[in-house]
Amino acid sequence: MNTEKRLLRPDMMPHMLCPGCGHGIVFEAMLRVLDRRFATLDQVVFVAGIGCSSRIVGYIDAGTLHTTHGRPLTFATGLKMARPELTVIVVTGDGDGLSIGGNHLIHAARRNVDLTCLLFNNEVYGMTGGQAAPTTVRGAYTSTTPGGNRETPFDAARLAEAAGATFVARAQSYRPQLFEGILEQALDHRGFAFLEVLTDCTEYFGRTNRLGTGVDLLQSQSRAEPAIGVDLAARPTLRPVAETAVRPTLPMGVFHQSRRPTLAEALGVGGGGDELAR
Amino acid sequence: MLQQIEGSRAVAEMVALCRPEVVCAYPISPQTHIIEALGAKVKRGDLAPCEFINVESEFAAMSVAIGASATGARVYTATASQGLLFMIEAVYNAAGLGLPVVMTLANRAIGAPINIWNDHSDAMAARDTGWVQLFAETNQEAADLHAQAFRLAEAVSLPVMVCMDGFILTHAIERVDLPSQEQVDAFLPGYRPRQLLDPAEPVSIGAMVGPEAFTEVRYLAHVRQLEALERIPEIAAEFCGHFGRCSGGLLRPYRLDGAELVVVALGSVLGTIKDTVDALRDEGARVGVLGITTFRPFPAEAVRAALADVRRVVVVEKAFSIGHGGVLTADVAGTVSDRAVPVATVVAGLGGRPITRASLRPVFQAAAAGRLEPLTFLDLDREVVERELARMASRHRSGPTAENVLRDLGAAGSKIL
Repeated sequence: MNTEKRLLRPDMMPHMLCPGCGHGIVFEAMLRVLDRRFATLDQVVFVAGIGCSSRIVGYIDAGTLHTTHGRPLTFATGLKMARPELTVIVVTGDGDGLSIGGNHLIHAARRNVDLTCLLFNNEVYGMTGGQAAPTTVRGAYTSTTPGGNRETPFDAARLAEAAGATFVARAQSYRPQLFEGILEQALDHRGFAFLEVLTDCTEYFGRTNRLGTGVDLLQSQSRAEPAIGVDLAARPTLRPVAETAVRPTLPMGVFHQSRRPTLAEALGVGGGGDELAR
Repeated sequence: MLQQIEGSRAVAEMVALCRPEVVCAYPISPQTHIIEALGAKVKRGDLAPCEFINVESEFAAMSVAIGASATGARVYTATASQGLLFMIEAVYNAAGLGLPVVMTLANRAIGAPINIWNDHSDAMAARDTGWVQLFAETNQEAADLHAQAFRLAEAVSLPVMVCMDGFILTHAIERVDLPSQEQVDAFLPGYRPRQLLDPAEPVSIGAMVGPEAFTEVRYLAHVRQLEALERIPEIAAEFCGHFGRCSGGLLRPYRLDGAELVVVALGSVLGTIKDTVDALRDEGARVGVLGITTFRPFPAEAVRAALADVRRVVVVEKAFSIGHGGVLTADVAGTVSDRAVPVATVVAGLGGRPITRASLRPVFQAAAAGRLEPLTFLDLDREVVERELARMASRHRSGPTAENVLRDLGAAGSKIL
């Protein structure tokens, strides 16, 4: 496919995503959006942390900055302040962006740094082998919750909104077209655009919880049900779950959009400014 | 009981036998198998009343460990590489407060460029934190050192870091003799803290200290480290008596009898070094090996005694102080500074590069002949380096070095993850 040839680094292939992983679907959808929007990626910079989602940035043939675990939003803040004219896209995951880097997420949202933060949420640490994340649903088995997770997960989108993000949305790997449309809006937005995308880790989360293949997990998403929660509770093969796994049915779409000065505008960085800043 | 077991699992089994009361950690390769195994044990109720806490970062892991330890709990955590760096403020804090946390460091390189494979850069970055640092040569020793670590930490009220080579030990399945609960209980009594947060007798832990007392408090930390230097051989000897095999201690001398050249190193590479030295000995070379088991506190007197009759020293290091040279070398050189004994550094195994007998042998031969440079980088590809230097010289904007070198090697797409 020409799009892929234009946007990808062929020398980095094959990629490292597992069979059935939802990240590939989201990544491809992202490439389609990039292909439509940008004749060249020269003015686009991708910033990533550590994890399976962050890793995909290495496959994009653009300026890419690979940072330490949890810190892409801070590196991106510096980058954006130094070169405000660049389009900055942060690719992070639930472990990277909500756990070890959770502090930076709320501050980047509060400051309204003008960038797009794409957070892949697969409810688990995939790259290190399937440990519990702050997004793991209650009751779910992971390699560090062998008795089922007892902790309550974050709602990333609500967290970002409460922290001050001026664009907040959620999409899922089952509906890449919806994701594409929302990503377009996020890229159009001036200010901190937070887009959570639900994807499935088949190899660790799916296998550990006996939720079937990647297709099974996508179908579970498609039923727009409290997907993983219901499946977990319904599986007779599972060990008894002390507290039934509960993930409320998650709405998709754009939840919040507002306009207030970006960090660059507030600081007068990059000239021009904006009436809102004054 | 003898078992064929992964190094990480062996450590987890031994830590479990030490009856920890709080285990907390954040996943990072190559440490994760240890805490996963402990998590499973806690779930099964094998370690009751132990709590297993999933935290949001390594910084939280060490902070939780400190909080738990301050209440008098026996606490264990594990990390590696970037994880150690991220928790470093709390690492200093644990030592400064004198809390006997035990931590496994599954040694791994530090980025950038990111690299998950083994070297000792992480341990060296924590050299001056005030933690005791022990290095395991084998999986058996890695397991054994943990029992000794709890014993030592609680005896001198200092945190102890057990360093084991990432992947080379953590992921290798080897024969390990694991003791019974009764044996470990007899060796490791319950923790009797010197300080604890106790409602019946309130204290303040972590008070601010100004110039009037900071030097004294720091000096006392040094005194405790020196006390550890006394206690480590005693504990190792006791361990030997209890378990019928010897592990730990300050040093691991090997074929030092009549040695004119001694190779000094830390950790699992000692195995390869000993094999190389055996072959050289067979050919009549007077070569020996000195393994450093206790790196901090540094056993200077013991090293001095071990090197008393030596004419040349080579220190094989899996890390170096960039812009200077060997780290361990400086410590070792200090013990022979009153004699004309050249101490050369061989930097090897960075970022997981294998250290082979074939590469070590000519280096040791050169050292024995007095032809080894003071600082050598084992198996360094000079041509690749020269090409990148040429690129940098020809063009100011030569680009990111790591990417350039990978591209030069045609390895940009190599998936080492």
